[in-house]
Amino acid sequence: MEQIGILEGRQKQIFEKRQGITQPDIACDTSSLSGSVSQRACVFCGSRVVLYPVADAIHLVHGPIGCAAYTWDIRGAVSSGPELHRLSFSTDLQEMDVIYGGEKKLYHSLIELIEQYKPKAAFIYSTCIVGLIGDDIEAVCKKVAKETGIPVLPVHSEGFKGTKKDGYKAACHALMKLIGTGSTEDISKYSINILGEFNLAGEAWIIRQYYEKMGIEVVSTLTGDGRIDAVRRAHGATLNVVQCSGSMTWLAKEMEEKYGIPYIRVSYFGIEDMSKSLYDVAIHFPDRPEIMEAAKQIVSEEVKTLYPSLQKFKKALKGKKAAIYVGGAFKTFSLIKALRSIGMSVVLAGSQTGNKDDYARLKEMCDEGTVIVDDSNPVELSKFILEKGADLLIGGVKERPIAFKLGIGFCDHNHERKIPLAGFIGMYNFALEVYQSVMSPVWQFAPRKGGTL
Amino acid sequence: MTHTHAKTATQNACKLCNPLGACLAFRGIENCVPFLHGSQGCATYIRRYLISHYKEPIDIASSNFHEETAVFGGSHNLKIGLKNVSEQYKPDVIGVATTCLSETIGDDVPMILREYKKEFKNGSPMPIMIHASTPSYQGSHIDGFHAAVHATVKALAVKGSKEELINLFPNMVSPADLRHLKEIFGDFGVPVMVLPDYSQTMDGGPWGEYHRIPPGGTPASAIAHAGSATASIEFGSTIETSKSAAGYLDVMFGVPGYHLPLPIGIKGSDRFFSLLETLTGNKRSEKYEDERRRLVDAYADGHKYVFEKKVILYGEEDLVIAMTVFLREIGMVPVLCASGGKSGQMKKRIEELVPDMDELDIKVREGVDFVDIEDEAKVLKPDFLIGNSKGYTMSRKNNIPLLRLGFPIHDRFGGQRMHHIGYRGTQELFDRIVNTVIEMRQNASSIGYTYM
Repeated sequence: MEQIGILEGRQKQIFEKRQGITQPDIACDTSSLSGSVSQRACVFCGSRVVLYPVADAIHLVHGPIGCAAYTWDIRGAVSSGPELHRLSFSTDLQEMDVIYGGEKKLYHSLIELIEQYKPKAAFIYSTCIVGLIGDDIEAVCKKVAKETGIPVLPVHSEGFKGTKKDGYKAACHALMKLIGTGSTEDISKYSINILGEFNLAGEAWIIRQYYEKMGIEVVSTLTGDGRIDAVRRAHGATLNVVQCSGSMTWLAKEMEEKYGIPYIRVSYFGIEDMSKSLYDVAIHFPDRPEIMEAAKQIVSEEVKTLYPSLQKFKKALKGKKAAIYVGGAFKTFSLIKALRSIGMSVVLAGSQTGNKDDYARLKEMCDEGTVIVDDSNPVELSKFILEKGADLLIGGVKERPIAFKLGIGFCDHNHERKIPLAGFIGMYNFALEVYQSVMSPVWQFAPRKGGTL
Repeated sequence: MTHTHAKTATQNACKLCNPLGACLAFRGIENCVPFLHGSQGCATYIRRYLISHYKEPIDIASSNFHEETAVFGGSHNLKIGLKNVSEQYKPDVIGVATTCLSETIGDDVPMILREYKKEFKNGSPMPIMIHASTPSYQGSHIDGFHAAVHATVKALAVKGSKEELINLFPNMVSPADLRHLKEIFGDFGVPVMVLPDYSQTMDGGPWGEYHRIPPGGTPASAIAHAGSATASIEFGSTIETSKSAAGYLDVMFGVPGYHLPLPIGIKGSDRFFSLLETLTGNKRSEKYEDERRRLVDAYADGHKYVFEKKVILYGEEDLVIAMTVFLREIGMVPVLCASGGKSGQMKKRIEELVPDMDELDIKVREGVDFVDIEDEAKVLKPDFLIGNSKGYTMSRKNNIPLLRLGFPIHDRFGGQRMHHIGYRGTQELFDRIVNTVIEMRQNASSIGYTYM
């Protein structure tokens, strides 16, 4: 078989853990190499994914049609009420708008959409072209806010102005403008906000339930099953609990600075991290020991039913190898632990947007010989999957066909998923999905497993 | 009364952007990597969208603009990108399509490509580079598709002595349709140059080892012969002359071009098969006579289910036009023929093929989105919808069944293997239409018949 090489400009972003060899830190936090077919998207994508689950706002994409069309209802973020987030709105800029400016079109679009859908707020996303033609989005938003009486928030997410992470920041910036504008009356001292949980397949509901069972008030889930009014009073919470740290840490830091709300980082994937995320919150409220008691109770009850149900999967999956390539690095930590708990090892771990600390931690956690990659591409991922003999790939839609072409199992751990993977029940679903894909008899026909080509 | 809203914004678009079509078309050239000159997001979003339909890897490179690129021009990034793609993929062809970003800053892509060839001529093997201009603020994905096909022919076709060869520009059909078309030409015993041909690259087998670029597609060397072909056949009804590959070959190399609507329905397929008989001097094989006979028989068996059933049709204009003619042939009434595309020609083309369209109250609307279609549906009260998966939102909301065809099929399995054209494709469509009606009747019946 032909050896697959790594592009010169990419070598510093790849690293294989080897005993006794001091290796330089992985290069990360840079923009993608031109022509390398990054799996990343753009600034706009970062903003769009964070704000998308705010369900009672309209999300208007200011630009040509593509950006809105490709992001129409593509996430599994569900709502318990309004579903405005599942509609796709675009100013659909045409050549004449590019020449003469799109402000008028933006203004009329906003006025009409607000009249038609009666949203609680509007988010206006700038796309690449808006960054070039110089529309004064701020001014249009201000004018419309004044005329309609609802918050109209510009999101500066021009695709080329940074990476996906800058998009997260732009989204957080828009949220910051809302936070602090609602009443915090009647909010309990034992209260939290859940940050960076997008309610994919109802995951935020699962998590919320755990915390509420512990006697904690969830003021706002911000971006999962999100509501404008809840975001407005988020500053009334005592603690911010941040998942998907890549996207929301910035907001947590801002809230800490402005409102003195401390934050903790958690993950809801896998038994270990899920339990810890309950304990860590309980620790924050030492004056009420019953919170910790309740947390322990939940964990013990959940694990009691979950653990035996995992044994069938563990038995079948023992010794199988997994490759992980996801958006944020924080998720990979949990996935490594979750995979270990069902008998699997990890031979490749990578992310689109991890930072230095993330990769250092990853290096520490990983087994000998594990390959760690930042901002990888299909050629590299395939190379390492083959070389390391992985049986499973965990990723998103763009990674899926790589796994299936090469004849290995796949678990979708991205925003499109329809099955909740967070919480204790999520761990069961995760193990089940991995089991169903890795153990399927269809792989007997894959050429790599002896099938004919 | 029509339920209308003041509508400046596009809501739930019934179209995609220009570069998507170009990427798909470039995927139909052998050993070719599509390359978008613009932001990283364009390539990634388009990959995701195509993968969800075709279930195949599709690597699209990007020049990955950043702020300085937008200020100082994209030349530097494009060149690095081309170099990296050449190194990593070892392509024969790179299909460069622009985006709104690179078009707006006014990058002169042909010039950059010329410079690149000069600067890197001593390096690794130089792929052929094709440039299609596809600004997202113009037209829709189908325009990008045709632009890429046109640019490819323009870049590769050369003049040669006449040879027995037919060029086929099939439009944006499914991989299954492409395979069917190649089979038809094979049975007529005439060599064909199909562009694009993503029948294998977008619907291929498993891999024993990693392929940088999936096998399949029409080789550049074969496209070079397009200039010496006996004729070109181009499916489509609204392709602009400036984007018609067949038109270009006619003007440049005197290759006569035959423009047909997509061959859907018996009359549409007859027209295509007759043309092949004329061009090749061969009679169609018995296999296709049989397919036609079975189809005529099926029309008889199923006609009562479909007669005067009202549907709303939407999708690319050429598909909608051909489908309209087919539906009329089986007695159905497309009460609304809608497209997000805006060629300005759809109504005229339908009128030519369905002269009684006004009497039948067939409404034609270009440049619409799914909220417009939904508003129309409330008034027109169709029995069902025919179009791609994106109509599902309004289908569900308004309780109108949806028969899926075309692109994208994101919520059903096997969209890439669906036939639409020829007697075979028509048969498949007819079966599905009849079954849709039967299912509706079965569901609505309080008795629960087990035979229909």
